Amino acid sequence: MSIYAVQFLIGLSDASVLFLTASGLSIIFGVSRIVNFSHGSFYMLGAYIGYSLIGDSDNPLIFWGGLFLAAVVTGLVGVLVEIVLLRRLYHVPELFQLIATFGVILVIQDLTFMIWGAEDLLGPRAPGLTGSIELLGALVPSYDIALIVLSPLVLVGIWLLFYKTRWGALVRAATEDREMVAALGVNQNLLFTGVFFLGCFLAGLGGAAQLPKGGANLLMDFGIIAEVFVVVVVGGMGSIWGAYIAAIIISELNAFGILFLPESSLVMMFLAMAVILIARPWGLFGKSESMEHKPPSEREDLTISGRKLPWNWGWLLLIAVLLVIPWFQIDFVMTLVIEMVLLSFFAATLHFIMGPGGMVSFGHALFFGGGSYAVALFVNYLQLPMSVLLIAGPAVTMVFALLVGWFCVRLSGVYFAMLTLAFAQLAWSVVFQWDSVTGGDDGIIGVWPTGPAEDKIVFYYLVITLTSLSLYVIRRVISSPFGFALRACRDSSLRSRAIGIDVRKIQWIAFTISGFMAGLAGSLYVYSKGSIFPTEMAIPRSFDALIMLLLGGVQSPVGPIIGGSVYTFLIDYITRFDYWRLLLGIMIMLLIVLFPRGISGIFSSGIIQRIKLLGQSE
Amino acid sequence: MLTVNKLNTFYGRAHILRDVSLDISKGEAVALLGRNGAGKSTTMKSIMGLLKPASGLVEFEGKTISGLKSYHISRLGIGYVPEERRVFAGLSVLENFAVGKQKPRQGGMEQTPENLFKLFPNLESMKDRPASQMSGGEQQMLTIARTLMGNPKLLLLDEPSEGLAPLIVEEMARTILQLKSTGITLILSEQNLRFANLIADKAYIIEKGEIRYKGTMDDLNNNAEVRDAYLTL
Ligand SMILES: Nc1ncnc2c1ncn2[C@@H]1O[C@H](COP(=O)(O)OP(=O)(O)OP(=O)(O)O)[C@@H](O)[C@H]1O
Ligand SMILES: [Mg+2]
Repeated sequence: MSIYAVQFLIGLSDASVLFLTASGLSIIFGVSRIVNFSHGSFYMLGAYIGYSLIGDSDNPLIFWGGLFLAAVVTGLVGVLVEIVLLRRLYHVPELFQLIATFGVILVIQDLTFMIWGAEDLLGPRAPGLTGSIELLGALVPSYDIALIVLSPLVLVGIWLLFYKTRWGALVRAATEDREMVAALGVNQNLLFTGVFFLGCFLAGLGGAAQLPKGGANLLMDFGIIAEVFVVVVVGGMGSIWGAYIAAIIISELNAFGILFLPESSLVMMFLAMAVILIARPWGLFGKSESMEHKPPSEREDLTISGRKLPWNWGWLLLIAVLLVIPWFQIDFVMTLVIEMVLLSFFAATLHFIMGPGGMVSFGHALFFGGGSYAVALFVNYLQLPMSVLLIAGPAVTMVFALLVGWFCVRLSGVYFAMLTLAFAQLAWSVVFQWDSVTGGDDGIIGVWPTGPAEDKIVFYYLVITLTSLSLYVIRRVISSPFGFALRACRDSSLRSRAIGIDVRKIQWIAFTISGFMAGLAGSLYVYSKGSIFPTEMAIPRSFDALIMLLLGGVQSPVGPIIGGSVYTFLIDYITRFDYWRLLLGIMIMLLIVLFPRGISGIFSSGIIQRIKLLGQSE
Repeated sequence: MLTVNKLNTFYGRAHILRDVSLDISKGEAVALLGRNGAGKSTTMKSIMGLLKPASGLVEFEGKTISGLKSYHISRLGIGYVPEERRVFAGLSVLENFAVGKQKPRQGGMEQTPENLFKLFPNLESMKDRPASQMSGGEQQMLTIARTLMGNPKLLLLDEPSEGLAPLIVEEMARTILQLKSTGITLILSEQNLRFANLIADKAYIIEKGEIRYKGTMDDLNNNAEVRDAYLTL
C-alpha cells in the first residue's frame, strides 16, 4: 500500500512543476494568442540560472531566494524576447509566430550550451529539506512535500493577481477583446510585456524548483514541452484552474504508469488526453476556440487561391533539370538533390492539409519518421524487399493517420496543432524508449535499397518519379470536387455543414492522404540515408517542414518545393558551423521580422493600396 | 476640436472610405448618418486608430492624431463606444469600469463610479454582476459608462440605439442628452433620423464611403430629397 502512497505524492510534486510551467504558457496564450513554443526553453533556463545562483550553498535564504531570483531573471529574458521579437508579430499569421518562437528555442539551446556546457548538471539540495518525512506509513522526500505545498500557493497568488487587482482586470479584458482595451486607453505593449514576464517567470520558477529533483540538462526544453501542451490542452487554453487539475491528472498517470508500464509510461498520458478531449473538445475548463470570426485578411497567408493555375512551364523545366543531373555522375550532388526532393515532398504533404485544408499540424514528422521506421523495422526483422516496403511503409503511416486524424479533426486551430504535436511526441517517445525493438537512440542502420534501385542512379530516378507522381496526385486532389469541399471546410466549417458537407470526414480523409504521402516520403528517405534515428520523428523535424512552407510561402503550390530545396541546402551548409542552431535561430527570427507576411507577401495589399491611391490622385 | 481631412481607408484591397472629411467644434453634437455598410463604423475606427487609414489627416485640438496608437488617441481625450456593445463579458460592472479608467487630464474632472451610477441608475444594483449576465440595454449603458471612466472630451458613439427596445431607446436618448449638457462633444452614428433628431445639432451623411451631405439637422429635416436618397426611415 505504502508504495502507492509514495507514488501518489511524488506524482503531486511533479504536478507542481508541470503546473507552474503550464500555467505560464496558458496565461501567455490567453492574452496574446501566441502559442509560445519556446516555453520549454524558459523552463530550462530557469533551471540553469537557478543552478548558478544557488551554487552549493546550504543557506535556506540563498536557496529559496535563488529560486525566486532565477524565475525573475528568466522572466526578464522573456521580456527581452517579447520586446525584440514577439511584439512585432502580434498581427502576423499564427504560423509565423510559432516558427519565430521555434527560432527562440534554437537560440536559447545554443546559448545555454555555450554558457553551461553540454554536461548534465546535478541540482543543489534544498537546505533543511534533504531528508524524508514519514507519511501514511511511507518515506517521502521532504522536498517533494515542499513542492506539493508550493503550487497551491502560486495558484492562489495568480488568482489574487487576476481577480483582485486592476492589472488582472486589464489582462482578463485583453483576453476577451484586445482592440477594445486599446481603445479605452490601455497601452497593450506594456500589458503584453507584463504578461510575458509573468508567463516566463512561472516557467523559470518551475525549472528552478525541480533542480533538487532533476538538475539541469539540455534536453529539458523539448522534454517538457509536450507534457506542457498536453496539460494546457486538457485543462483548457487560458484556464489556470484547468492547468492545475490537468497537471495533477497527467502527473499521477505518469507516476503510476511507471509502476505498471515502465517501458511506455507516456502512453497512459496520451490515452487520457484522448479520452478527455473526446468528451470535452476544448479541455476541462476551456471555451471553444473558433477561427470563424476572424476576418479573411488575417488568414490570407494560409489560403490558397481558388483559381486554377495554368500548366506551368516551370514545372517541366524543373523536372528536366532534375532528370539531367545524374548524367554528371557527381555523387554528392545526387545525394543532396535526393534529400532536397524528399524533404520538399514532405513539406508538400504538410502543405496539403495546411493550405487547402487549413489544418496546421505541429507533428507531421510522425508520418515522415513513421514511414522511415516502418520500413527500417520491416527490413530489420523480416528482410522484406524494397518494392514491397514502398507500399507497406506508407500503408502503416496511413493507418497511423487514420487513428490520429480521427481525434484531431474533432478540434481546430491551436487545439488541433497541439494535439498533433502531442501524438508525434508520443510516437517519438515510444521509439525512443523501446530500445529492444527500435534500437532507441542508436536507431536502425543498414537499410539500403534492394533490387534494381541498388544502383544509385536508378534509385535517384525512382525518387524523382515517385515524388513527381505524388505531387501531381496531390494537385489533382486539390482541384477536384473533394479539394473544393476541403477548402470550403477551411473557410467556414459552419457554412459547409449547413450545405451538407461532412466536415470531419473530409478533413479526416485529407489528413489520411497526407499521412500516407508523408509516409512515402519517409520510406524513400530512409533508403536514401541507409539508417534512421529518433530525431527524424522529433519536434525539430516537424518544424523543418513548417519552416520550409514559411520560406516558400503557403499560398503557392510551388511553395513547398522552393522552400524545401532552399532550406535543405541551407541546413546542409550551416550545420558545418559549431553554433549552427544559434545561427539558424537568428536567421529564422530575422526572416520573420523583416518579412512578416512571408517572402510571397512582399506584394501584399499594403503596396497595392498605395498604388491604387496614386492612380486616383493623378 | 476634431478635423478629419480626406481620409482613405481600406479593408485589405477594398477601398472603403474615400476622402472623408469632417469638422467638429467643441460642444457640438454631430450625427454621422448612413445606411447599413455606408462606412460609419469605419470612419470612427479610423479616427480612433483602430484602422490605419492609407492617407488623410485627423487633428484633435490642433494636434495630429492620425498614425498614433489607439491607446494614445484615447488618452488624449477621445472616447469610443463601439457598435455591438463589446462589454468584457467575464468582468463585473466595476471591473469593466476599472479597465476604462484613466487619470484625469490636466485641469479636467475625474470620473468616478459613483457619478456614473447617477447617470446610469440601473447599473448600480448590478455592479458586481458579470457583464455577460446583463440585458442588451444594460450592456449598452455599460459600454458608454465604461468609456466615460476615461474622462473623454469627445465621445464617438457608434449606433448606441441599435437593437434596443423603443422604451430603452428613449432612456438612452435622455442619458446622452444629459451627457451633452455637461459640455462633452459628441459624434453619433445612426441609420435613421429619429434618434439623431433627439440629440444632434448637425449632420453628415455618408454613403458608399463618401460624405454626401453636410448641414444642420433642421436643414436636413426640410430636405426630403437628400433624406430619401441616403437614409432609411
Ligand atoms: N472587417 C471587414 N473586412 C472587410 N470589409 C469590411 C469589414 N468591415 C466592414 N467592411 C465593409 O466596409 C464597408 C463599411 O462598413 P461599416 O461597418 O463602416 O459600415 P456602417 O456604416 O457602420 O454600417 P452599419 O450601419 O451596418 O454598422 C461595408 O461595405 C462593409 O462590408
Ligand atoms: Mg457600423
